[in-house]
Amino acid sequence: MSYLFHIVILFCIYSMLSLSLNMIVGLTGMFNLGHIAFFGIGAYCSALLALQGLPFMLCLFLGALLAGVIGYFIGIPTLKLKGDYLAIATLGLGEFIRSVFNNWMGLTRGPMGLPGIPKPNIFSLHIKSTESYLILVLIIFFLTFLIIEKLFRSPYGRVLKGIREDEFAAEALGKDVFRFKLHALFLGCFFAGMAGSLYAHYISFIDPSSFTIQQTIFILIMVVLGGMGNNIGAILGAAIVISIPELLRLLNLPGPVTGALKQMTFSILLILLILFRPGGILGREKSRVERFEEVDDNLED
Amino acid sequence: MSLFIQLLVNSIIAGSIYALVAIGYTMVYGVLKFINFAHGDLAMVGAYITFVLLKLLGFPIIPSILIAIFSVALLGILIEKIAYKPLREVSRLAPLITAIAVSMFLQSAVLLILGARTQIIKTGTMKGLMFLGAYITPIQIVIIATSILLMILLHLYLKYTKLGKAMRATSDDMTIASVVGIQVDKVISSVFGIGSALAAVAGILIAFETNLNPTMGFFIGIKAFAAAVVGGIGSVRGAMLGGLLIGFAENFGIWYIPTGYKNSVAFIILVLVLLIRPSGIFGIKPEEEFKQ
Repeated sequence: MSYLFHIVILFCIYSMLSLSLNMIVGLTGMFNLGHIAFFGIGAYCSALLALQGLPFMLCLFLGALLAGVIGYFIGIPTLKLKGDYLAIATLGLGEFIRSVFNNWMGLTRGPMGLPGIPKPNIFSLHIKSTESYLILVLIIFFLTFLIIEKLFRSPYGRVLKGIREDEFAAEALGKDVFRFKLHALFLGCFFAGMAGSLYAHYISFIDPSSFTIQQTIFILIMVVLGGMGNNIGAILGAAIVISIPELLRLLNLPGPVTGALKQMTFSILLILLILFRPGGILGREKSRVERFEEVDDNLED
Repeated sequence: MSLFIQLLVNSIIAGSIYALVAIGYTMVYGVLKFINFAHGDLAMVGAYITFVLLKLLGFPIIPSILIAIFSVALLGILIEKIAYKPLREVSRLAPLITAIAVSMFLQSAVLLILGARTQIIKTGTMKGLMFLGAYITPIQIVIIATSILLMILLHLYLKYTKLGKAMRATSDDMTIASVVGIQVDKVISSVFGIGSALAAVAGILIAFETNLNPTMGFFIGIKAFAAAVVGGIGSVRGAMLGGLLIGFAENFGIWYIPTGYKNSVAFIILVLVLLIRPSGIFGIKPEEEFKQ
């Protein structure tokens, strides 16, 4: 039973990550390939503060805030770049942040990692068992989902969606596109940092190998799988990506083979999805612009 | 002084390898306007095919290398047909995502077949030659010579042969090229074939010089991509120069920064170039193509 709880906790943490990336990639259309770095920043910041004896809620908040702020400052120069160049720039910066985790021995202990991250302690409520951690994670996950979902449907979210569909149109309507993008990036990184903090306090050990580009790709798969721009889809994607390795484990193959098989399954899944169902499993509703374009196409025919 | 010359030699060796891989990026980008994320992994596959033929199946060295280069060229063409061609008209991000998936697929395939262990091709230690106070091994001389030779050949090919001219025309404007009767699909296939073959050569050279592991493609790829951007993406000359520049920056950079950050030098240069002069040294694309 505690195994199942463990899976559900991981599912919640990764859902938060995929929701936060969905906000950046799916809603606003900024292709961020360094997302896992912000998860890492949240994890390291929160773990280091907790090891200094700060209370958990403060660590959680500061970890998320630091991730958001760094995301914001990285966004100021990079968001001037277009689609695939933004992707490569964020990928590079993400790897750079990881190499900081790896090399700043005095702070992060480098490849040796940070052991013994304390379990949360909220107002003298000790969260030691897996069950109680599950409840904590579920609550935070649910709140995150509500906030992001609310944001998607708010006028603010509609501006972001507008930027994704047609930047120039949004600009012509007087929206400060750059500022909106920065805010979206800040929020996405903020929630990624929060997920990172939850991860660090749950696993109680972090090292730079948990924050590689491959992890970013897994999160990207969660978002694409469920359907870019769709929050339920992002959660569904996380559920699938979390459960496939567990199912592969049932085959009882040796560890490394399972790992390689997991990668292969995901890569084939991703290629097939983009080729045959680019909207993802749930897809996103077609925007008005796209519907107009369809009508246009039909008229031309 | 001898340290300086040693770093110079190391820079040229690293740079010529990056340049070989960068050419493939830049050629594909020139024609299709998309970043072939799996390009570095093709270098890795080339290295592994050579390893399997040479060490596990006992083939002689020259046939092993030729078979490896040829099969990677075919693999590159095949990947384009399956994963990129159907998305040519869709958006620029869709092929980027499938390219990431292809990269992951190639890595996992090698992992499944040969495992994650680092493999070595070279046998015994080779005697280094002294050259102006710097050590250089015969293999390193082969690396530099091969790269220079291939780049000259490619330059002549693009400049004087019919298919080479067709490639340049397609890169300028695909629609107009097809209007004047160039078979664009054929050109794209040859671009992928040549680019992948060059990547395979680079991968094999690395395998002989150092070692092989399934994730080596990622770092080769990102550094070569940085080289392509520095030189001016879409420009073959730029890719050659960019490769050397990245090689220099990386090797001389460790004078000033801790060695642990060596792999990050290319990333930082990449980001800086994208921000300051995204069209690169031989910028042939207008700045607007990069910025919003």
